[in-house]
Amino acid sequence: MNKNKASLGYDFIKGFIQENPTFSLAVGMCPTLAVTTSLVNGFWMGVAVIFVLTFSNVFVSLLRKVIPDEIRIPVFIILIATPVVIVELVMKAYMPAMYNILGIFVPLIVVNCIIFHRAEAFAYRNPVLNSAMDALGSGMAFTLNLMLIGGIREFLGTGQIAFGSAVFPKVPLFEPAAVMLTPPGGFITLGALMALLNIAVARASKRKKSESQVG
Amino acid sequence: MEVLGIILAGVLINNFVFMQYLGLCPFLGVSKDLNMATGMSGAVIFVITVASTVTAALEQYVLKPLELEYLRTIVYILVIASFVQLVEIFMKKTLPGLYQALGIYLPLITTNCAVLGAAMLNVTKSYGVVLSTLSGFAGAVGWSLAIIIFAGIRERWKLMDIPATLDGFPLALISTGLMSLAFLGFSGLFANLVK
Repeated sequence: MNKNKASLGYDFIKGFIQENPTFSLAVGMCPTLAVTTSLVNGFWMGVAVIFVLTFSNVFVSLLRKVIPDEIRIPVFIILIATPVVIVELVMKAYMPAMYNILGIFVPLIVVNCIIFHRAEAFAYRNPVLNSAMDALGSGMAFTLNLMLIGGIREFLGTGQIAFGSAVFPKVPLFEPAAVMLTPPGGFITLGALMALLNIAVARASKRKKSESQVG
Repeated sequence: MEVLGIILAGVLINNFVFMQYLGLCPFLGVSKDLNMATGMSGAVIFVITVASTVTAALEQYVLKPLELEYLRTIVYILVIASFVQLVEIFMKKTLPGLYQALGIYLPLITTNCAVLGAAMLNVTKSYGVVLSTLSGFAGAVGWSLAIIIFAGIRERWKLMDIPATLDGFPLALISTGLMSLAFLGFSGLFANLVK
């Protein structure tokens, strides 16, 4: 029981670090760059992905003993497309403005590699609860990544960050560069973030090494 | 003139990779060598063109008359996935040479968001079957142009001394960003032709 609990926690946590969708697996690049012109857009895209991912992972896991191996890909596609249509209809009805901003990237969640990757690599082989935790972990990590990239781009591009009615005020003497909101800004932001992460990882492993040499 | 506008928009102005963020996974994944990039381009042009025709026909003759537009996403992705499977089986039997060249890329194309993206863009612009085919083809050519240029750039990295922190994805993304900056220069050109 205890062991099972520990592995549930691990399945949730691993999405944030070892199997971080953006920074270590580099999947789902298209929405990661396309919708991150602001923090709020990133947030809602992330919420949509969390819903779709949890739905598909749970159902793939529930049906994993029934689905024949040869036709699993088409079955996955249906299990992924169904929640995507639900998200599309709900968003269109209740948040039409956000639906228009995210545009074709809402239906394109269907072909988001993160969801396929989790279904194939995890949910098809693991029990339901673990799959649900895996989906929540990966989905939340993806949302955080989108919010981080969106926040950076929004701040550099407009000089402020707006979330709902709360707006971080403009910083004096800071001249925003609108290019950060265009596609080149997205590519360069993500590239720079990944390079910074590499530096951090390299430093951490170096420190570990020197510590172990001293000890 | 509309035809010219669609071609210019697809290849340069609204380039799938640089302006619309479509098909980035294969763009970053299979651009390590020029031959692979060319092979993938062939497969992508073929699949996107035919998928655009089929989905546009379905939209016009099935989904719209029956008022089933809300099922678009499911219908499109199933059609694209089964079409890719069909092409694979057909090519294996009849064109083994071409299959050898493109075979490994075909399954990858199902999850290439450029295919579904092209079909979805055609719907939002409400093109008919003919214009959808053309727009899909132009977009795919633009994607191929991007990946072939990028593969050429990446091949030169082998000769260069790259800092370890930038090696791989960071440098790929930053290079793409710089190329995208160049393509940004096309936006606004031929404004009367391109809608």
